[in-house]
Amino acid sequence: MKKILSGNEAVARGVYEASVHFASAYPGTPSTEILQNISTYKHIYAEWAPNEKVALETAIGASIAGGRSFAAMKHVGVNVAADPLFTFAYTGVTGGCVLVTADEPGMHSSQNEQDNRNYAKFAKIPMLEPSNSQESKDMIIDAYELSEKYDSVILFRMTTRVCHSKSLVELGERKEVELIPYKKNFGKYVAIPAIGRKLRHKVEERMNILKEYSEKSKWNYEIDNNSKIGVISSGIAFEYANEAFGDTVSYLKLGFTNPLPANLISDFCDKHEKVYIIEENDPYIEEFAKILGKNVIGKELFPYSGEMTPDVIRRAALSENYKGVELNEDLFVGRPPTFCTGCPHRGFFYELGKKRKKIIVAGDIGCYSLAVGEPYDMMDTLICMGASFSSGHGMQKIMEMKEEDDRRIVTVMGDSTFFHTGINSLINTVYNKGNTINVILDNRITGMTGQQDNPGTGLNLAQETSTIMDIEGIVRAIGIKNIRRVNPNDLQETKDAINWALDLQESSVIITDWPCKLKKRYNDEDFARYDKMWQTKDKVIEDLCTGCKACLRSGCASLIFDPGTKKVSINPNTCVGCDVCLQICPYDAIVKDDKYV
Amino acid sequence: MSKSIKVVGVGGQGTILLAKILTTVFVEAGYDVKMSEIHGMSQRGGSVSSEIRYGNKVYSPVIEKGDASILVSLEQMEAARNVDYLKKDGVLIVNDYKIHSMVTLNGKIPYPDNILEDLSNRVKTYVIDGTNKAVELGLDKVMNIIMLGALSKVIDLDNLKWEDAIRENVKPQYIDINLKAFKIGLNEVK
Ligand code: SF4
Ligand code: SF4
Repeated sequence: MKKILSGNEAVARGVYEASVHFASAYPGTPSTEILQNISTYKHIYAEWAPNEKVALETAIGASIAGGRSFAAMKHVGVNVAADPLFTFAYTGVTGGCVLVTADEPGMHSSQNEQDNRNYAKFAKIPMLEPSNSQESKDMIIDAYELSEKYDSVILFRMTTRVCHSKSLVELGERKEVELIPYKKNFGKYVAIPAIGRKLRHKVEERMNILKEYSEKSKWNYEIDNNSKIGVISSGIAFEYANEAFGDTVSYLKLGFTNPLPANLISDFCDKHEKVYIIEENDPYIEEFAKILGKNVIGKELFPYSGEMTPDVIRRAALSENYKGVELNEDLFVGRPPTFCTGCPHRGFFYELGKKRKKIIVAGDIGCYSLAVGEPYDMMDTLICMGASFSSGHGMQKIMEMKEEDDRRIVTVMGDSTFFHTGINSLINTVYNKGNTINVILDNRITGMTGQQDNPGTGLNLAQETSTIMDIEGIVRAIGIKNIRRVNPNDLQETKDAINWALDLQESSVIITDWPCKLKKRYNDEDFARYDKMWQTKDKVIEDLCTGCKACLRSGCASLIFDPGTKKVSINPNTCVGCDVCLQICPYDAIVKDDKYV
Repeated sequence: MSKSIKVVGVGGQGTILLAKILTTVFVEAGYDVKMSEIHGMSQRGGSVSSEIRYGNKVYSPVIEKGDASILVSLEQMEAARNVDYLKKDGVLIVNDYKIHSMVTLNGKIPYPDNILEDLSNRVKTYVIDGTNKAVELGLDKVMNIIMLGALSKVIDLDNLKWEDAIRENVKPQYIDINLKAFKIGLNEVK
């Protein structure tokens, strides 16, 4: 049977067919839907981890104990998981283990464009790179065979377009694989130096054997179109190259890409007068070919960054110009993403914005990073998951050395980021007598990646109820003495808390407590606790509105200013009655709409 | 030979469902199909797009600029933003509806008012009163299916089973209203 699947869905299907026993992940675009889809197969035990290091470590444990295991993460997540990865590369596996890295050429929703193929080389582990959904499924199944045969974790490198584009997949049967009985293996899994030194040689031997495998792997093959021009390519770039060149060139398609097949590449280069290397991000294949002494054309012609889409290839290699309808730039303006109507982050950033001159804001990864834009302009930094508390602490220490500048550092992160790596950072601040104002924007969900549950939501991936981590309790246990919990939609309360924290000369934590508007599951208790949440609407009394636009600084997309009448109105279809604009309006022109009370 | 259709709009307007039905229709008719969309910020009121390519054999899941035969836009300004994806002889189907962005919302920069005029002078354009027709029907959300109806008329292939694809992709209680919406859209293209 054929089905149209995204690459992420296809990986999940492959994991099912390969009879994987254990899967873990931390959400991150573009990899998030892999685990979500895995969780729809009842045969596989799957769980969200609080961060990528934990996800990989649990998968390592599952493998050691004799199960087939799986972990998925976005490219920067592998940085977090790199520590266990590099030693797991030495020990090898018991049950097969695959780690998916979902890279982001073009940085659609990421902070950098790192090419994680380099991790395969760096950690000395085999790597597979699918080009489409069918390969995503088939290669995952094969990855488990390879992992067990060659005794190594497999790096499975996907990119945004492979993850998120859909194409037809021939579904297969699930092949049951039994759990392997556990036997203690000290010489394999206890990586003390004496054993590490032995394992180091084992890794080298394994990679040498895999060099031979790479030459005959079914994932590395030539498509001979009887042309003088050859193209070597991998991943989605292979599809793009096909689109741009069709059968006017011959191809060497590489799917097993660490170690690369030296003879295949060498022979292919020798057979063709001109060889293009078409790959996204780093010159990974190109440098290998050049070390082999081959005269190939790569990044000197093709861009070093961004997606290698067919138009990019055409422009670079065929000097073809654009032939479509012209753009008229006067007809549109930007449409950056913004906080949802009803997002609890708006009230907080509105109040924080008033302190702009006195503070520096260290941001973090999550929906609240949208506060970089209009009308908040609120972030001074954004580095990586969990960095706001710690980078803010470092900034504060330096600011304190400056006599002429007394600005305080306010650090902000969400609940999921706090569980991810924020806790460690906060420990550091307390331990080292820091003086930052730390804000946890607790909206009880991992929002940015599409509302996944986390240790603070009370539900696990299987949607069973689970212990809710008490953020306030954790903060107190770490040793923070000054803690305030506020309703961010109550501007006075929020403002008081910010002023209170700025007046203290030691570190503090403000927890904003209001759920994400997009979270879909709320029970009666929630509605009782968050008074009439989203059950009302507000309206503007036109006669009272002076057109001062003060309310627009709330950044709510339900407020519309009409330049003709110079009045504001509220979109009744989208307003959720949070009252933030109502509290801002200096003329009391905004009121509860009694139609909805 | 493969053909490309691009569907654009603003987060929350229903581009994803539209693209899903479109994909189903081509798959069921036996074409090779690839579909691509960028997730991430789409729920936060940003611009969104889905790309569908079909034919005997499709390689790239993304549409090159200047290569789409049809651009369906659920919003005016998004049509202007994406019109360069169209071939010179491509067709634009646009919903006659404006959604402010954070930039035009506060009135600092006005929402451009001559979009439809400019575009229809340069490209073959069908302007569909999708949002109003959907509201008349009693469910503003089915605007996307009205646009799908219009699109089906422009594609004009009789091997495509549109109504089956709609049935397959919407919740049972919404099938009737969606089928009605589809017919309305179909009749909007003369
Ligand atoms: S703050 Fe009040 S008076 Fe000013 S524009 Fe908004 S509704 Fe009108
Ligand atoms: S009450 Fe005001 S700020 Fe809140 S959702 Fe409605 S329009 Fe937006």
